Amino acid sequence: MRGLPVLPAVLLLLLFLAGPIAYCAYIAFTDMRLTGASGTHFVGLANFRQAFADPGFRNAVLLTLLFTVLSSIVGQNTLGLALAAVMRRASRPVRTVTGGVVIVAWVLPEIVAAFLLYAFFRREGTLNAILGWLHLPGQNWLFTLPVLAVSLANVWRGTAFSMLVYSAALAEIPQDVAEQAQVDGASAAQRMWHVTLPMIRRSIGTNLMLNTLQTLSVFGLVWAMTRGGPGNRSQTLPLFMYEKAFQDSLIGYGTAVALLLLAVGALFSVLYLRLLRTEV
Amino acid sequence: MTAARREGGTPRRGARVRRPTRHRLAADAALLLVAVGFAVPLAWLVLASVDPEAGLRVRVPSAPTLGNFSAVLTDEITFTPMLNSLILCGGATALTVACAVLAAYPLSRYRSRLNRPFMLTILFSTCLPITAIMIPVYGLFVQVNLIDTVYGTILFLAAAQLPFCVWLMKNFMDGVPMILEEAAWTEGASFPQTLLRVVLPLMGPGVTVVTIFSFVAMWGNFFVPFMLLLSPDKMPASVTIFSFFGSYGTVEYGQLAAFSILYSLPVVLLYALISRRLGGGFALGGAIKG
Repeated sequence: MRGLPVLPAVLLLLLFLAGPIAYCAYIAFTDMRLTGASGTHFVGLANFRQAFADPGFRNAVLLTLLFTVLSSIVGQNTLGLALAAVMRRASRPVRTVTGGVVIVAWVLPEIVAAFLLYAFFRREGTLNAILGWLHLPGQNWLFTLPVLAVSLANVWRGTAFSMLVYSAALAEIPQDVAEQAQVDGASAAQRMWHVTLPMIRRSIGTNLMLNTLQTLSVFGLVWAMTRGGPGNRSQTLPLFMYEKAFQDSLIGYGTAVALLLLAVGALFSVLYLRLLRTEV
Repeated sequence: MTAARREGGTPRRGARVRRPTRHRLAADAALLLVAVGFAVPLAWLVLASVDPEAGLRVRVPSAPTLGNFSAVLTDEITFTPMLNSLILCGGATALTVACAVLAAYPLSRYRSRLNRPFMLTILFSTCLPITAIMIPVYGLFVQVNLIDTVYGTILFLAAAQLPFCVWLMKNFMDGVPMILEEAAWTEGASFPQTLLRVVLPLMGPGVTVVTIFSFVAMWGNFFVPFMLLLSPDKMPASVTIFSFFGSYGTVEYGQLAAFSILYSLPVVLLYALISRRLGGGFALGGAIKG
């Protein structure tokens, strides 16, 4: 009775979150299609077998891995940590301006960010203008290196989160620890490696996990910048599953891919909970 | 900065008092470099929006005008999509915040064996990639006739945001002392009275942060309305802006930039409103760290 107020939330979550997930697990084993009401049949693991034999699927998995490693693990995480660390030494106005610009990039709606970076990377865009000004050859980045372009776009858009997490983590390190290391003659690099990083390892774990989860499910940014192209050279898993389900009308197959993505997400979530539990 | 200042003030280091300054200059230079890198696309947005002949590269307009803004300030381009966004995100935010407040109260105040598993499930679902379930959601919505309905989309947006809101709200509520409520109970106040008159006013800042945070997240959400709505006249700005520049080639970049600014402005302002609260201790990081 006392728990009654929880009911609306539970209902909403069951109907619109748990329901679709269960439905996802069901459709993934059927041959449901968008067109033709010829009925849906249970096909067992056929969709998964089809996926693993499909070069398009393998391509999407590889691109997703590349996109995640480049943009989330290397890009957002490292740049965010570096920014947070350097900010502690910088003067206040510079810190405020840099933080502000990086956060604005994060707060902007996804499609606006995609549009800005699209303009930046296009053949007639700003990047090539800068390169030309430096007497370096330009190229059509969205065509020649689409994965790099969308990864950099994701770094541009997502670094603020890591920066904020790490700023908070670094602020929690007791001042005397850092000072003691300095008095003992440790260089800045040594202090970072032997003192700071071990002390914020929990934040690093949390941040990597959340960044990766967020990056795995990026759709709008890539879709608006390249639509997965040229060909399928920037078609990450969310785009692949969308194409299968709606352009090829293979709802069952697309959902099987979605279920795999969901499973990877769930795995990361469990790891994340574990990580919290060992430390809390 | 405090580190540098203290270091500079230590007498033992007097001989090398210049070092912190040099360090700070290096740090400033590095930060400014990154800031410029991040600012270039933003600069293009601002400059193109006032440039009557905007292209794709950054350039200072020869004759800046507000023509692009007046060109997009029409019902069709700006007002209808923004109103749709407001209805969708406003409705879903109201729903999710209401559910979150109701759920957070017993979770924060009463002891139950179910609390821990419930909160763990909530935390687990905050991490799930919502993108992955959009195909089955689309399928379900077609079967129960919720597809292309505004309230159906509101319900789904609210549900997708709810785990995070419950988590955040419960943490905020844990920080509100119970003494006043106990007084209200002994005076004979009912549950709704206590929640509305005693707890919510104390929770004001927490509720504001959760409300603004979820509104900002939904305002930028492209995939959910893109999948669940079909009629162009129901589309929020996040989708219409895509169709605006989706038709490559004949795009008026200046107008697109102007519309992007109009569309982004509300969330940037709202974020600025709560950033002081989010920054510093960074409630979000705190919430995520459990």
